[in-house]
Amino acid sequence: MQIYLPIAELSVNVFLIFVMGLAVGFISGMFGIGGGFLMTPLLIFIGIPPAVAVASVTGQIAASSFTGAITYWRRRALDPALAMMLLVGGIIGTTAGVWLFSVLRAVGQLDITIGVSYLVLLGTVGSLMIGESAQAIIRSRQGKPTEIRRGGSHLWIHGLPFKLRFKQSKMYVSTIPVWGIGFIIGFIGAVMGIGGGFLLVPMLIYLLRVPTNVVIGTSMVLTLVTMAFATVLHAATNHLVDVVLALILMVGGVTGAQFGARAGQKIRSEQLRLLLGLLVLAVGLRFAFALVVQPDELYMVRTAEGAT
Amino acid sequence: MIRRLLPLVAMLAVLGASGAPARAERLVTSLSTYRVSIASNFTGADLVLFGTVDPERGSPPRRGGYDIVVTVIGPRQTVTTWRKERIVGIWVNAESRTFVDAPTYLAVLANRPVEAIANPELRRRLQIGIDSTLLPQDISGDVADVVRDDPFRKAFVRLRNEHGLYLERSNAVTFLTPTLFRTAIPLPSDVPVGTYEVDVKLFADGAMLAREHSAFEIYKAGFEQLVANGARNHGILYGLCTSGLALMVGWLASVVFRRD
Repeated sequence: MQIYLPIAELSVNVFLIFVMGLAVGFISGMFGIGGGFLMTPLLIFIGIPPAVAVASVTGQIAASSFTGAITYWRRRALDPALAMMLLVGGIIGTTAGVWLFSVLRAVGQLDITIGVSYLVLLGTVGSLMIGESAQAIIRSRQGKPTEIRRGGSHLWIHGLPFKLRFKQSKMYVSTIPVWGIGFIIGFIGAVMGIGGGFLLVPMLIYLLRVPTNVVIGTSMVLTLVTMAFATVLHAATNHLVDVVLALILMVGGVTGAQFGARAGQKIRSEQLRLLLGLLVLAVGLRFAFALVVQPDELYMVRTAEGAT
Repeated sequence: MIRRLLPLVAMLAVLGASGAPARAERLVTSLSTYRVSIASNFTGADLVLFGTVDPERGSPPRRGGYDIVVTVIGPRQTVTTWRKERIVGIWVNAESRTFVDAPTYLAVLANRPVEAIANPELRRRLQIGIDSTLLPQDISGDVADVVRDDPFRKAFVRLRNEHGLYLERSNAVTFLTPTLFRTAIPLPSDVPVGTYEVDVKLFADGAMLAREHSAFEIYKAGFEQLVANGARNHGILYGLCTSGLALMVGWLASVVFRRD
């Protein structure tokens, strides 16, 4: 069944979009991430203008992270104080990101920026995750206990001023890195159309030493607010949020996430991280391929306002 | 088809009875619809154009027969065409040309190739065929048309053609009788909204005999219109609604799939 997207101004197959939402939702539920880094490229691949894809996916990520946040809230597995502090940076970052998005679109360099950012970010994060999880798997195969890097060793981050006590996370840390991380996630989320969960979770664990039991819940709250905020900003400045597209993705995404979460519980965490790392790296390489190989079509037409 | 033709026939009868001294051929055309609405099930449309040639009274029919060229021009928009170039190993949008007020849709429909209908001079003057249509570029402040084989112009026309937005068909106009003709105007699903000008030209023996202008409108209807207007005119409210919708879907999912 074909449906006309009023903002993208083209007709797409409802079931194709829904199944894409389901599949990405499954993966997002399995790994506890938003899945924007998969959704946005998929939409661009089926012909949705990149700008519309980025702007509309923000709504979908807000929906799936809200479901996640509620679940973690019921289990008390999130830190509201930490989430609030991350949000301060997140909101500023999102505003800056949407502004940069508009500027890049005006000078015709949005696609390339999205491409290069995906390559650099996903390539780096993917490789790091694979390396780290492979080591963990090897260690557990050899029968050694999994190394828990908490307490003891101090990073330079822990010497910064303006310290604040986060009761739920049982930590005493400077607000500067917390705001900084919030800013980075909000910024790249708005520019690239990703929630940033796959970045935020490792940052919270390795940089701030947030206990793993509250990490995903807290990350979901940040993603929820920055993405809901980004949706409003994208709608207000660029007029590119396609509510029909976003709704189909939301329904598919939240449904798929439920099944993904059940599947995820059956897999060991380091194997899960290895899988996610491979996935992230694969998407990054796909972008590298598109940037390096001579494209079939060297030309593209962009209108002053919409994208055709 | 017969029913659509009836008002046309009546119109012709009136025209014939008005008794104006017909010095040359007249051209009368009618479109199957003058308003095309885009609703959620829109996947493109074909508009049918009927026309008839009212020959000069008392004169013998033309030996070479008539030629018809139908030009449909959609709303105009200034667009930029970018060309990628390899810069430090990656393909980047490097050079661009801005086409000022280029038609978003351009269809040239004829009963035989336009090259056979009119000579190059006439084609250029009347802008018959995509190659003869002016597509002025903004070249550092100066607006001027460029040569036909300018790579940016060719790429622009080709990309529009791939989207079904620019097309030239030499067999699209069919003569049902020596004076009655029909053609279909194909509109793809991503056709822009706005006013479309239809320009029908009648030729015989390489000369233009008559010309008829009409127009039709493509508009978003109902929900699609609401959404498009909302997004354009009330961006913040639209964004808040979308975010609200996201929260609602998220909350519903947590209720529906609740396991504890």
